[in-house]
Amino acid sequence: MAHEEKQMQDGVIPEEILQRWETRGVSRRDFMKFCSVMTATLALPVTMMGKIAEAVEGDNRPPVIWMEFQGCTGDSEAFLRANQPTATELILDYLSIDYHETIMAAAGHQAEAAKRQTMEKYKGKYIAIVEGAIPAAEDGVYCTVAGNSALNIAREVCGNAAATIAVGSCASFGGVPAAAPNPTGAISVSEAVPGATVMNLPGCPLNATNLTAAIVHFLTFGRLPATDSLGRPKFAYGKRIHDNCERRAHFDAGQYAEAFGDAGHRQGWCLYKLGCKGPETFHNCPTVRYNEGTSWPVQSGHGCIGCSEPQFWDTMSPFYKRLPNVPGFGVEATADKIGLGIAAATAVAFGAHGVASALRKGDDMESDQVSKED
Amino acid sequence: MLQIRYVWEWPVRLTHWFNVISIIVLSVTGYYIGNPSLSVPQTESFVMGWMRVVHYGFAYLFTVSVIVRVLWMFCGNKHASWRAFLPWASREGWGHIIGTFTYYTFLRKKPPYVVGHNALAAMAYSLVFVLFAVQVVSGFALYGQYDPNGLWASLTAPFLSVFGNQALRLTHHMIMWLVIGFAIHHVYSAWLMDVKEKNGTLSSIFGGYKFIDPKDL
Ligand code: HEM
Ligand code: HEM
Ligand code: SF4
Repeated sequence: MAHEEKQMQDGVIPEEILQRWETRGVSRRDFMKFCSVMTATLALPVTMMGKIAEAVEGDNRPPVIWMEFQGCTGDSEAFLRANQPTATELILDYLSIDYHETIMAAAGHQAEAAKRQTMEKYKGKYIAIVEGAIPAAEDGVYCTVAGNSALNIAREVCGNAAATIAVGSCASFGGVPAAAPNPTGAISVSEAVPGATVMNLPGCPLNATNLTAAIVHFLTFGRLPATDSLGRPKFAYGKRIHDNCERRAHFDAGQYAEAFGDAGHRQGWCLYKLGCKGPETFHNCPTVRYNEGTSWPVQSGHGCIGCSEPQFWDTMSPFYKRLPNVPGFGVEATADKIGLGIAAATAVAFGAHGVASALRKGDDMESDQVSKED
Repeated sequence: MLQIRYVWEWPVRLTHWFNVISIIVLSVTGYYIGNPSLSVPQTESFVMGWMRVVHYGFAYLFTVSVIVRVLWMFCGNKHASWRAFLPWASREGWGHIIGTFTYYTFLRKKPPYVVGHNALAAMAYSLVFVLFAVQVVSGFALYGQYDPNGLWASLTAPFLSVFGNQALRLTHHMIMWLVIGFAIHHVYSAWLMDVKEKNGTLSSIFGGYKFIDPKDL
C-alpha cells in the first residue's frame, strides 16, 4: 500500500488499475493517454495522474441526470463522439447516466420513473446536466417533457442536485433560442434556477473533453473546478482564443486572408479581416481542439464566431465582419464609412463657414488698436 | 491699453500637446488595428505587433495626460478650473453661449469678449473630456483581455459585462471619428478667433499669454 501511494505521488498509474481497465477492454495505452489528457486539460501537475486514475476507478461514481430542453442535441452528439480513449465507454459505464432522453433505452413512464427514483435515492448527491435553454415565457409552455414544463423540471432536478453542469451555449447563456427577439423568453439554467450551483460549459457545441475533465475533477476532488465570473471553469475558459491561436504569428506580422480561397487564405494567414472573433472569445479550442484533437474552426480555415460567449448570436454577428453594424444605419455602412462621413461633413461645414467669415467685415475686435506696417 | 495676461498655465499647455500628439498617434495606429491594409510579405515581420505596442504606449501617455489635466481642474487658475467647462451653470455663461452662437450663425456682429475659453468651445471641451474618458475605459477593457485575472481586466469588468465586448470595440472605433471631427472644428475655430479677436488665441496654447484690453471686458 505504501508502495502504491508513492507511485501515485509520482504520477504513475498503479499496475492493478491498468489491468482492471484492460479486462474491460480499454488498453493501458488508451487509459494512460486519457489520464494524461485530463491532467493537462485541467492544468494539474503530472503528479496528479495517479490520483485521477484512482478517482475514475473508484466506486463513488455519482448518478447523472441529463436533461434536454431548447437545444439541438449537438452537445449530446459531441459527447457521444468523445474520443479520449473511448470516453464513451468510460463515462457511460462509469458514470451512471440514469436519464438521458437521446441514449436511454427506457421510454415514457418507465423513463420518468427511473429519473424520479434517482432523484429520491440520491437527493443532493447526483449530477444534473442540462442541455438547451429554458423558455420562461407564458409559464414555460414552449418546452414540455412528459407534460411538465422545462422550467419546472429544471427547478426540481437542479434544485436537488449536488451540482449542475450547463452544457453548451444555450443552457449556459440562452444561446440561439434566446437570440433577439427571443420569442419564447428563453433563459439560461442559472437564471432559471437561481439558487443552484451551476457550472457553465458554453460552446456550440461544448467541447466534450472539457465536460469529461470537469466530471473527472468532480470525481477526484469532490467538487467542480474553479469558475470565473460567468460561471465557466477557468481551466477551459481562462485564456483568449486569439492568444493561443496557431495563426497568431501571421496576425502579429500583418498577414491577413482578405477573402476565402485567396492566396493569403491558402497560406494559412490570419482570419482577422474575415471577421474572426478569436480576439473576443475565451475558450481552449486552440489547445484542446475537437474530434480526437483533430482540428478546430480556425485551423480548418474559418474564423471563430465567438460561439461560447454570452449572446453570441446577437453580439458577434455579422460573423464575417470584425465590427458590429452601427445601429440605425444600413448593413452596408461600416463604422469607417460613417466616421469618414462625419469628418468630411465637419470639414465642409467649417470650410464654408470659414469662407463666409473671411469675407465678413466689421466683426473684428480691437480694430482701433491695429496699425499697418509698411 | 492692451494687457498681457498669463491665461494657460504650463500644465494646461503641456497636457494639451501631449493629448494632441497621442491622439494623432492613437488614431493612425488605431485605424490600422481596425483595418490592417498594408501588404506584408514576410511572416517574420511585426507590423501589427508594432502598431499595437505603439498604440498601448501612447494609450498610457494619453491616459496619464488626461488624468493630470483633470486634477489640474481643481488646482489651476480660474480658466483651467472645472467651472470654466460648464458655462451653462451660470447666468453669465448662458449670456456667452447665446452670444457666441448668434455670432457664429452671423446673427450678431461681434463675439462676446472673454479671457478664457469661449462659451461654445468650453461646451465642446466638456463633451470631449467625456469622450476621452469613454475611450480610456473602453480601451483598457479591450486591452485587459489578454489576462482575465489581471489588474485591467478586474478594473474594467463591470463595463464589459454591462456593454459587452463588441459594443465597446465599436464604441472605441467610432469615438476616434468623433474626436477627429472635433479636432477639425477646433482648429478651425481657434484660427477664426485668432483672426477676429486679435488676442493671440493660437499662440496662447503654446506660450500661455493672451492680449486683453480690460476696457472691453
Ligand atoms: C484618443 C484615443 C484613442 C483612439 C483614437 C483609439 C483608436 C483606436 C481604434 C480606431 C482602434 C481599432 C478598433 C477596432 O476596429 O477594433 C483601437 C483599438 C484598440 N485600442 Fe485604442 N484608441 C485610443 C485610446 C486607447 C486607449 C487609452 C487604450 C487603452 C489601453 C486603447 C486600447 C486599445 C485596444 C486594446 C485596442 C484593440 C487592439 C486589438 O484588438 O488588438 N486605445 N483604438
Ligand atoms: C486632437 C487635437 C486636439 C484636441 C483634442 C484639442 C483639445 C483642446 C482642449 C480640450 C482645449 C481646452 C484647453 C484646456 O483647458 O485644457 C484646447 C484648447 C486650445 N487648443 Fe486644442 N486640441 C487639439 C488640437 C489643437 C491644435 C492642432 C491647435 C492649434 C493649431 C489647438 C489650439 C488650441 C487653442 C488655441 C486652445 C485655447 C483655446 C481656448 O479655449 O481659448 N488645438 N484644445
Ligand atoms: S485567426 Fe483569429 S484567433 Fe487566430 S490570430 Fe487571427 S484573429 Fe486571432
